[in-house]
Amino acid sequence: MAKRSKVIELEIPLNGEPASNSLPKAQTGISGLDEISGGGLPRGRTTIVCGGPGCGKTMLGMEFLIRGAQEFNEPGVLIAFEETPQEIERNVASLGFSIKNLVDRKKLFLDFVYVEPSEIQETGDYDLEGLFIRLQHAVDTVGAKRICLDTLEALFSGFSNERVLRAELRRLFRWLKDRNLTTVITAEKGEKTLTRHGLEEYVSDCVILLDHRVREQISTRRLRIVKYRGTSHGADEYPFLIDDTGISVLPVTSLEMHHEVSSERVPTGIADLDEMLGGKGFYRGSSILISGTAGSGKTTMSASFAEAACRRGERCLYVGFEESVHQVARNMTSVGLDLTRWVEEGTLVHEAWRPSQYGIEMHLLRIHKLIEAVKPQHVIIDPITNLVTGSAQKEVYSMLMRLMDYLKGRKITAIFTNLTTDSEELEQTDIGISSLTDTWILCRDLELNGERNRCVYILKSRGMAHSNQVREFVMSRDGIRLVPPYVGAGVVLTGSSRVAQEAKEKADALVRSQEIEKKQEALERKRSVLDAQIKVLKLDFSAEELELERMIKQQQSREKQLNLERDAMNRIRSGAAEKKIDSASAKSAGDSK
Amino acid sequence: MKKKVRTNGKSAMAGQPAMKLRLYVAGQTPKSMAALSNLKRICNQHLDGKYELEVIDLIKNPQLAQGDQILAIPTLVRNLPVPIRKIIGDLSNVDRVLVGLDLRGSDRESPKDSPSSAKSIGAGH
Repeated sequence: MAKRSKVIELEIPLNGEPASNSLPKAQTGISGLDEISGGGLPRGRTTIVCGGPGCGKTMLGMEFLIRGAQEFNEPGVLIAFEETPQEIERNVASLGFSIKNLVDRKKLFLDFVYVEPSEIQETGDYDLEGLFIRLQHAVDTVGAKRICLDTLEALFSGFSNERVLRAELRRLFRWLKDRNLTTVITAEKGEKTLTRHGLEEYVSDCVILLDHRVREQISTRRLRIVKYRGTSHGADEYPFLIDDTGISVLPVTSLEMHHEVSSERVPTGIADLDEMLGGKGFYRGSSILISGTAGSGKTTMSASFAEAACRRGERCLYVGFEESVHQVARNMTSVGLDLTRWVEEGTLVHEAWRPSQYGIEMHLLRIHKLIEAVKPQHVIIDPITNLVTGSAQKEVYSMLMRLMDYLKGRKITAIFTNLTTDSEELEQTDIGISSLTDTWILCRDLELNGERNRCVYILKSRGMAHSNQVREFVMSRDGIRLVPPYVGAGVVLTGSSRVAQEAKEKADALVRSQEIEKKQEALERKRSVLDAQIKVLKLDFSAEELELERMIKQQQSREKQLNLERDAMNRIRSGAAEKKIDSASAKSAGDSK
Repeated sequence: MKKKVRTNGKSAMAGQPAMKLRLYVAGQTPKSMAALSNLKRICNQHLDGKYELEVIDLIKNPQLAQGDQILAIPTLVRNLPVPIRKIIGDLSNVDRVLVGLDLRGSDRESPKDSPSSAKSIGAGH
């Protein structure tokens, strides 16, 4: 049978919803139990709740009955073999239930079955018809739909004839089934078997195992559905706790992973950090982990996020495990963050308690309850590391995983801070949870030149272009700034070294610019000298040009004059010459003759 | 159905108060009938009539099972003298019935019975 139900577990996705063809269920009303059992206990069938002493068996049975009567209008019967009705009444009253009222209204019937073996002498054949008559009477009185037998095994101590007893038990389970009673039977856990007397042989519909462990003086209760015939159920161990509102079971691993995601961005409260996160900040509903050594500014960073959220009118829940509420508020005023104002206005709910105060699931539950009550848009847990002091690391991881899933499912932005002790191990210790977070911011200290400076960088941020720069985290009365550090010559300088370096650079730059100016002036001078020279040369040239032109003109006019004179000469010569020519011609003629 | 049998014969154990007995049955089952007839025989033999017997049928009065904490049927309850003793079964083992009713007295021979008897005295209720 167990085999078959295992196969079913694998085939059916664990979505917490009862499949349409599955068994009819009776809701327990116990928070978390209905979720992991796929809707409650098998209706009209018997469930065995087993576990060691003090594990909460009776409480589970009682709450099943009380909630059945109060919330689902299913009257119930409690057959108590170990405690008197008065004792039970007192026990459940401490958990906030009043059964007197239910008994008066005939919603609940209590019958105390007292088995004292020393008073009983067996003298022959008998059966347990008396028990059946009492059961029938109880069921008839209130018209019961539910019944709890706590602890049926007490019969084994009362009656020595096991043959008769087992036959009667078989008859009892059939009897319960025939009357369609949803039954819870509590049983002590056996050494090798689930129950000491092997009751699971008779009932195989549903077996729930409770466990109560104490580790390092802090107790943890766990619940596991060992078997649930015909139903897919969470097979893990689920921590549960019993507090003033009864039992709360917390599913360790989320049954589903399809939360709707938001692409809306939420400012971080630090403008420089927004800028590093793609200019807009975190995604709404994402999980953010801020890791860092002591005093590296984790709380300040979370507080400024909270303050900014409150300023926008969004509700914020701040759970502190390190400092008291007032201490955080006082400290944050030193960086200009006034948390008290928002607490007074009710936008910020600030709670603080010691991590060692409870076991891990109690923390988770308290946070859950706060979230349910406050309905915040943002949750800050500062720091999660301190929870480890109370529990084993594995449990913390599984708790955080559940918390993150829960918050994501509700689109609540969650900031977890994490104190790391040694910078070497910084990234190792966080591995378990870092994979769950969407954005991981690391704050670390740099010790250099006799001072310690805070540095911040974003190790990862899913789904956004984020800066890979290491920034210096500077806190002042005016708030927080993330200053780009001096990066050059293979060193990162922060703090006063950065300031000195920056001053030096400034001076150097000044000198350089002055030199440039000087050179430019020289150039300018040279240019004007050149210009002057060119001017002089031009002047010289034009003077020479004029002179030369004048000389050319002179010579030309002289030439002209000469020509004129020659012409005049010629003319003059030609008058005399005519005669001369005549005479000459005559002479020549005569000569020629 | 309540049936009372009251007898005021002379006492076999003088000075002791009368024994008050209640026999719880569930209908007329063979076991119940056997128990009743066995009881009557034992009472006649060993109590010499000095007893008070009430037979309660739980089928008719189921609410009466709670008061005497009846689970097994048939159950014989000795309310008086204190302490209360319960004897379950059809009362076919006469020796055990006598031990259960503290009628063995000094002639109790079976050693295995003594611890149970001693326990019952210590565990008052």
